[in-house]
Amino acid sequence: MEKRVTFSRWTIGILFAVPQLLLIFTFFYWPAGQAVYWSLTLQQPWGGGNIWVGLDNFRSILSSADYWNSITASLVFAGISTGLAMFIALVLAALTDRQLTGSRFYRVVLIWPYGIAAPALALAFRFILAPEAGFLAVVNRMWPGIWDPGLDGADAMASIIAAFSWKYVGYNFIFFLAAFQAIPRSLIEAAAMDGSGVIRRFWDIQFPLITPTIFFLLVINITESFQDSFGIVDIMTSGGPANATNLMVYKIYSDGFKGLDYSGAAAQSIILMLLIIVLTIFQFRFIERRVHYR
Amino acid sequence: MASITIRDAKKSYAKMQVVHGVDLEIASGEFVVILGPSGCGKSTLLRMIAGLEEISGGEIAIDGTVVNKLEPRERGCAMVFQNYALYPHMSVAQNIGYSLKVAGVPAAERTQRIQAVARTLELEHLLDRKPMALSGGQRQRVAMGRAMIREPKVFLFDEPLSNLDAKLRVQMRSEIRKLHRRLNATSVFVTHDQVEAMTLADRLVVMNGGRVEQVGTPAEIYSRPATRFVATFVGAPAMNILEGTVELDGLSLLGGSRRLAMARAGLPVGTKVAMGIRPEAVRLVAPGTAGALKATVDLVEELGAGRVIYVDLDGAPFSVMTSEAVHPEPGSAVGLKILPEDMHFFSSETGGRLDVFKVSVPEPAL
Amino acid sequence: MVERTPILNFVTHVILFLGFLMAVAPFVIVAIASSHNLKDVNDVPMPLLPGSDFWINIKTAWTTADLGPKLLNSFIMATGVAAGKVIISALTAFSIVYFRYPGRTFIFWLIFVTLMLPLEVRIVPTYAVVANVLSPYQAILDVTGLSWLIEKVSGVQVSLSLGLLNSYSGLILPLIATATGTFLYRQFFLTVPDELTEAARMDGAGALRFFIDILLPLSRNNMAALGTIMFLWAWNQYLWPLLITTDQSHATAVTELKQLIPNVGGIPEWNIAMAGTLIVMLPPLIVVVAMQRWFVRGLIATEK
Ligand SMILES: Nc1ncnc2c1ncn2[C@@H]1O[C@H](COP(=O)(O)OP(=O)(O)O)[C@@H](O)[C@H]1O
Ligand SMILES: [Mg+2]
Repeated sequence: MEKRVTFSRWTIGILFAVPQLLLIFTFFYWPAGQAVYWSLTLQQPWGGGNIWVGLDNFRSILSSADYWNSITASLVFAGISTGLAMFIALVLAALTDRQLTGSRFYRVVLIWPYGIAAPALALAFRFILAPEAGFLAVVNRMWPGIWDPGLDGADAMASIIAAFSWKYVGYNFIFFLAAFQAIPRSLIEAAAMDGSGVIRRFWDIQFPLITPTIFFLLVINITESFQDSFGIVDIMTSGGPANATNLMVYKIYSDGFKGLDYSGAAAQSIILMLLIIVLTIFQFRFIERRVHYR
Repeated sequence: MASITIRDAKKSYAKMQVVHGVDLEIASGEFVVILGPSGCGKSTLLRMIAGLEEISGGEIAIDGTVVNKLEPRERGCAMVFQNYALYPHMSVAQNIGYSLKVAGVPAAERTQRIQAVARTLELEHLLDRKPMALSGGQRQRVAMGRAMIREPKVFLFDEPLSNLDAKLRVQMRSEIRKLHRRLNATSVFVTHDQVEAMTLADRLVVMNGGRVEQVGTPAEIYSRPATRFVATFVGAPAMNILEGTVELDGLSLLGGSRRLAMARAGLPVGTKVAMGIRPEAVRLVAPGTAGALKATVDLVEELGAGRVIYVDLDGAPFSVMTSEAVHPEPGSAVGLKILPEDMHFFSSETGGRLDVFKVSVPEPAL
Repeated sequence: MVERTPILNFVTHVILFLGFLMAVAPFVIVAIASSHNLKDVNDVPMPLLPGSDFWINIKTAWTTADLGPKLLNSFIMATGVAAGKVIISALTAFSIVYFRYPGRTFIFWLIFVTLMLPLEVRIVPTYAVVANVLSPYQAILDVTGLSWLIEKVSGVQVSLSLGLLNSYSGLILPLIATATGTFLYRQFFLTVPDELTEAARMDGAGALRFFIDILLPLSRNNMAALGTIMFLWAWNQYLWPLLITTDQSHATAVTELKQLIPNVGGIPEWNIAMAGTLIVMLPPLIVVVAMQRWFVRGLIATEK
């Protein structure tokens, strides 16, 4: 879509875009280019020579068991938390959309979790899920040693999944509810006149009409599980135990800033960037489709 | 007050040309209405005068100065838009006074002029309201006020009444007319509504497909339409058209079933022409009356003050408007009487008016 | 609609209530835990009736993590980022919607592509840039030979340097650029009727005048929505402030949470930790509750 009316002095017009262009050049494109450069060279931190090594950094990363472990952990985390957060949110949104008494109240409260900083809720969940105090300690009382995120990798993974899903249920709920409410009331009424009951209507009408939102949220949740997970991991597990929760972003951070392996971190960044590019392209392709549904 | 001269003005978007060389001379203080079906380029022409559209070819001059390259604000025109285009976040007073504010007029003088305009338009009690809280007619007045306050050389109106209901439209129409009489500013008014056009215009410009079809007073346009398009577009119900062919001693109509005796006036035999008769020029007579056409009634539309009778004339649809209290039954036969001076002839090829015919018999035998 | 579905309604209420419990339980637990003394909070199970040490714990957490200045830093950063995003994206969208110039589409795509370059994938080099924001320009001068030229001509050695580590600018500037905000405004500007622009032009307003007098006031809703979610987003940032605030003076409340994680060994001071968590959670929660409408609207609009 284009404007019919525009202002003729476009030299002035371009000036309005300059501030943003400066910012994205300085803080996005230059660093991204730098990351590409570093990933192809071997360099000393803060100066010293850069030696061109081609794809060696990528080769060494891709042959490292630690890195594959990190990818696996990220995918497990992304898969389970996305599934959980979306399923619960979908159920809650569909039920809230029935507009029974109290639905306004649920509409307000169920979105609160999304407002909370990941590290803050991580600390809360670290307490709630602590093995020696808090709530899962009760389980440990009955079956000693059954739950310990500090020692058991699977428990640690479950903990960060719980924390992340809790936050993103709120997020997904907002979008699902908006999607349900965007369905014209007359459609539901027409189906009711055709003799279709509540559940039948959900599967025949509402669910098909919100599939675009489902796909859209799927991509967003996966992307966010790569990004927003950092604070949760850092506060709850620090990547442990035994690297069980060393997700990709966390590994980039610890390799780069703690291990000072800039080239390795840069190569990992590039791989993650490619993943995100694929997801973003997928999402925007999809949004085009979404327009057609309307 | 200013005159407007338009010379061979053209407008193209990308590949498509939408205004094809318009020539028009508007005198100072004149109220000119541009009439045409939607999409014919009326608004585009108006916006070219306003400076909202680049002029692709030709020239537009206001008061003798060519304004092709001038910005809207430098042309001294004010415009009233179809949807009013009031600034939704400003009060009525702010809307009216915005152009003065931009021009740097001091606040005191601004207030005074806003008051004066508001008094003229009876908007004084609404000055603090937002446009959202106004009725359609009030919004329309505010839009007028916004145009008036600058005391522009030229008023431009783009279908300003088409969003009002029928009653308000009639009322605003006469107010605009009165206002024009008072301010006597040059005005160009665009509309697709012929009643509006007829009632408002000093002079009427009928446009079609990006071209001017005819320029003239409303009476001229009605009584001597220059083209077949003008003939059928102006007047309601629309003028009846019967296709015909020139013969040795007259015109064969309706595929030869009727003949009109008349002088051929130099047109070669076999030339295709169209004859037009306004529905209100036809008189209903008893079937079988001498010199009358016989037709069968299809449908009668009651208008209160009169009625439109749709008849079948040898298979061709034909309409008659009468104010007489006749109520023929559908299916019954009627006679139609048409006077020679009420007949209009147009070339089937170019659509242009043909004044070469002389219908020879006082009451032609059809 | 008349519909009798008593069983389904009952199930609906039960599930929604469970959802409600799930959503608020962590808040409640955090609040209760922060009211207990050290012994009670470590009891299994923790008593669900609030204890009496709430204010003591809050005070301890406040001083331990130095939350006063840190909350102020968070506030400055979140306000700065939100205001910056709201302003800069309005400017950019105005430029690409209301003007026609060569490269306009290119600029649009440049901004679009930043969506694929989240901070997480460029942390290390962005850190390096912030250590000296002029380094990209220095590099350009060096590579193009301009610095050599300048040095030859004027005898001045070009060495651009401006470090932003441990500063508010360093916290705020790199987070301001926003593709989603720009698209939100663009989308909105496209719905502003052309006639309004034309009316303004007939009234004599130029581009800047139109932007300030007409477009910005009309965008109030957008600004509120965008401002709300961007404030929350910035308040909740963790990775970036963690990186660039190498000394404590510019740390934010969220990064300070790390100081509250109970040490291994000894009885964990969960009551203090939860009191701190509560303090850090509260501002965004208040914003969400107070600005619910804008928050929801902004979220949905920016993600489209
Ligand atoms: N910005 C534009 N780009 C392309 N075509 C246009 C544009 N504006 C108007 N047109 C076309 O020009 C023709 C005349 O439009 P307009 O002057 O608005 O007609 P109207 O007589 O109804 O006011 C129409 O066919 C319209 O589709
Ligand atoms: Mg028009």
